[in-house]
Amino acid sequence: MELVSYEWWAFCFRWLHVLSGIMWIGHLWYFNFTQAPTVPKIPMELRPAIGKFILPEALFWFRWGAMATIVTGLILAGMNGYLLNAIKLGIGDHSRYYTTIGFGMWLGAIMWFNVWFIIWPNQQKVMGLVQASDDEKKASARTAGLTSRINTLLSIPMVYCMVGAMHFYA
Amino acid sequence: MKNPLDSLAQTVALGFVLTVVVVILIHAIN
Repeated sequence: MELVSYEWWAFCFRWLHVLSGIMWIGHLWYFNFTQAPTVPKIPMELRPAIGKFILPEALFWFRWGAMATIVTGLILAGMNGYLLNAIKLGIGDHSRYYTTIGFGMWLGAIMWFNVWFIIWPNQQKVMGLVQASDDEKKASARTAGLTSRINTLLSIPMVYCMVGAMHFYA
Repeated sequence: MKNPLDSLAQTVALGFVLTVVVVILIHAIN
């Protein structure tokens, strides 16, 4: 394998795809497995530290991790020549690989949409980056929280499909 | 009725259930 070969660049994008995926899903699981259950146990006077210091930083790496994951994933699928086959879930292709990676891609794409078009706009209201009344902030926190939970749910079959496609059918 | 997504354990359990559904769909398609 030459260092500058097409295969090397395809591998490079797969590597970057996994790295950025860890950045994204790592933060998603931090929000759901660590932060959300712990915040109610933190004394009131210490809670602003989460919203003012940890949350903005975590959301930055979370949303840009999501963006890097989808961009590198689409490039990788394009370079490997199965982007369209995966988008149409391998229907008519007689390939379980395309179907499996296709389901993974669609689940990941739904999660990416949720991050950028539901969670982030609502979190901007919660953090005061966008003007909102107290009632709106409360509703936004609920919407962002539930959408984050939906993404946690979707991450389980999404990772199954991503890893399963390679493990069983590549 | 309480939203199952309010429980982290139920969310994870639903994730595994959805995985089974997806696997069935994959095998149904190809």
